[in-house]
Amino acid sequence: MEMNFNQHISGQFNADLEAIRNHMMGMGGLVERQVANAIEAICSGDTRVADDVIRREDEVDKMEVTIDHECTQILVRRQPAASDLRMVLAVSRVVRDLERIGDEASKIAIHTLEVADNSSNQLCQQAMRYMGAEVVKMISGALDAFARHDVDGAIDVVRNDKLVDQQYASALRELITYMMEDPRSIGQAINILWILRAIERIGDHARNISEQVIYLVKGTDVRHSSLTEIEEQAHKE
Amino acid sequence: MSIIENHKTNGAAFCENPKLKARNVGVFYGEKQAIFDVSLDIGANEVIALIGPSGCGKSTFLRCLNRMNDTIDICHVSGEILLDGENIYDTKVDVVPLRARVGMVFQKPNPFPKSIYDNIAYGPRIHGLAHSRVDLDEIVEKSLQRAGLWNEVKDRLHSPGTGLSGGQQQRLCIARTIAVDPEVILMDEPCSALDPIATAKIEELIDELRENYTIAIVTHSMQQAARVSQRTAYFHLGQLIEVNPTDQVFTTPEHTLTEAYITGRFG
Repeated sequence: MEMNFNQHISGQFNADLEAIRNHMMGMGGLVERQVANAIEAICSGDTRVADDVIRREDEVDKMEVTIDHECTQILVRRQPAASDLRMVLAVSRVVRDLERIGDEASKIAIHTLEVADNSSNQLCQQAMRYMGAEVVKMISGALDAFARHDVDGAIDVVRNDKLVDQQYASALRELITYMMEDPRSIGQAINILWILRAIERIGDHARNISEQVIYLVKGTDVRHSSLTEIEEQAHKE
Repeated sequence: MSIIENHKTNGAAFCENPKLKARNVGVFYGEKQAIFDVSLDIGANEVIALIGPSGCGKSTFLRCLNRMNDTIDICHVSGEILLDGENIYDTKVDVVPLRARVGMVFQKPNPFPKSIYDNIAYGPRIHGLAHSRVDLDEIVEKSLQRAGLWNEVKDRLHSPGTGLSGGQQQRLCIARTIAVDPEVILMDEPCSALDPIATAKIEELIDELRENYTIAIVTHSMQQAARVSQRTAYFHLGQLIEVNPTDQVFTTPEHTLTEAYITGRFG
């Protein structure tokens, strides 16, 4: 179904809907940078970048509250229906996931500071770098799909989340091997474990955002569905 | 936007347990066609909302369902409307008992310039539904109770109906409609002249009446359609565009015209 958000009789309604979407995209951009910086910090051991990520976490939280308030205002004043209603609900859900991604980025930064001392022989470097790059791509992919109402783009993100989950499982096996070989590495390994876990969670949140794209465009709620089910729903006419 | 050629109604226009069946209904005012080939079932004990922009034919269609359009000389109806399987446009059908079976509530409350009691008693008297004064008293009380008005007026049944507030007058009209024990109630924007509290009372009443009656309601308020109905039919320029379960229409409408109307893009 073709959707055009600029044809309401009420110009202010157009502006309000535009605003929540733009603000969500702005928040998405910030969150994406936060994640990229957190990954950069852990891979390079640069504590200044990590500090910066922790400091900016506050901004992300404030954006969530502001956008959610704007959504509430639209619900109260306009009683949106159909695609407008789905847009408001989807934005409200997406900002929650974005806020949680922000939390995970800041967790990565905090653990970065804890492992910074012995970053020279960091465990699972490759896995973190690879998974990190992957989830950053997923966030921007999900937001792009939202902006363009692109169901196929959203499904690609869901598909990539499966890959990230697999990489996470294999990185865990690697960590366990280290810990068994050298119990002195356990302290550091646990920090790395938390970081890997945070990255994996970011992937899950990016997937949630993509599910909202399918809700927005198709009107079907595909949360808690398998990839196959999502593909079926997304391509149903 | 122009009339859609070879138009077909989207969604589910037919239902399993229809009380009223409209088939290929067309309405003409002289030369001008106002309704085009509308086929729609109205299920027993359901509330169906008819929505659409002004002039889309929803009220015209509603008025076909109890031959209210007969009162307009130049109006001509084609197709069939079946009430319990019987064509109400058959020449043998007498419209007076038909309109008792299919009652109507109008936009503006229109009580007779009589007492509250006589407003309700009028229909049962002319249709010979009451055999004694006691019967009649009972009908009046029951109707007022069903319309949720009894407690407010029981002590002043013989004061004029026109002395009630707007919301009370509308409930009086609903009580008058149900006094003749109809099977179907047609409502043409019953709340448009009422304040929000009176509106809420009428909406609550509609929900209760559904147990015993089949109700078709024309409304300009999308929120009202969403609140009171189980199915929603969207009309556009005399055509029935889409009929679907109400919650579906307001979250994921099938047709772009329905979407455009309910989201306030025209109307």
